[in-house]
Amino acid sequence: MHLILFFLFTGFCLAGAINLLLQSHPISSALSLIVVMTSLAVLYLLLGAEFLAIAQVIVYAGAIMVLFTFVVMLLNAGREERTRGSRSARAVGFPAVVVILGVIATVILRSQGLGAASLSDGITSTEDLSRVLFHELLLPFEVTSVLILIAILGAVALASHGDSEPHGNRDTYGNRERTAGK
Amino acid sequence: MSSFFPQEVPLSWYLLLSAALFSLGVLGFLIKRNLITVFMSIELMLNAVNLSFVTFAHQWHAVKGQIFVFFVMMVAAAEAAVGLAIIIAVFRARATLAVDRIDLMKL
Repeated sequence: MHLILFFLFTGFCLAGAINLLLQSHPISSALSLIVVMTSLAVLYLLLGAEFLAIAQVIVYAGAIMVLFTFVVMLLNAGREERTRGSRSARAVGFPAVVVILGVIATVILRSQGLGAASLSDGITSTEDLSRVLFHELLLPFEVTSVLILIAILGAVALASHGDSEPHGNRDTYGNRERTAGK
Repeated sequence: MSSFFPQEVPLSWYLLLSAALFSLGVLGFLIKRNLITVFMSIELMLNAVNLSFVTFAHQWHAVKGQIFVFFVMMVAAAEAAVGLAIIIAVFRARATLAVDRIDLMKL
């Protein structure tokens, strides 16, 4: 059962990731990234990380990808164009990636002592996780909340107005005026 | 029967999947020409690293590996918010999302 689920969702994962690269329209890429993240959530569950599986669905497949699709639609992003830079990036990129994958795979396959995962392994409960998180790692947790606050302020400051005059399309300009008027 | 159809999956397969996803993310980062898709490739790489964190947490029965993934998720959320705001600002200034045309800081 574990093997079947592993292969099924590994297939979804890799298909989604490859589809992300093949699609030329950003919204299709975003949707295939959602497939990747949701299948990763199932793989986390297979590894016994129940809290992370739920957080993966809520935070990644939910919040972050909604943000992505929202920006794709807001900016009306069209098909990407092939340029000279993309040809040279392909010429360098494919060999480099093959080398990276080869090195990592060699290291993984030669390493000893890695165990196996099965469905009867038991689950790391949210209670165990929060016990460590809120006792030993309380300070990093609180610092992260400050980070989130700063990120919110930064995002609002960056995206709200901007003093450079827009020479974009009208929609962006009209949107800007409405947000500035609020 | 059980040797023919094993009930458990070696953890190295999870690590190989993580490596494959990371490589696809690097490839996307290099060959995609749209700013938003490049950013999505970065998210793909973060997810691949998260998978190997969870795998090692399972291997060593350590909860802290999963907590690290939790922190990576929070940082990724903050990064996505700021990064997409920067993309909106760039689009407003340059009216394009093609990475080849955003070359103001090139010598």
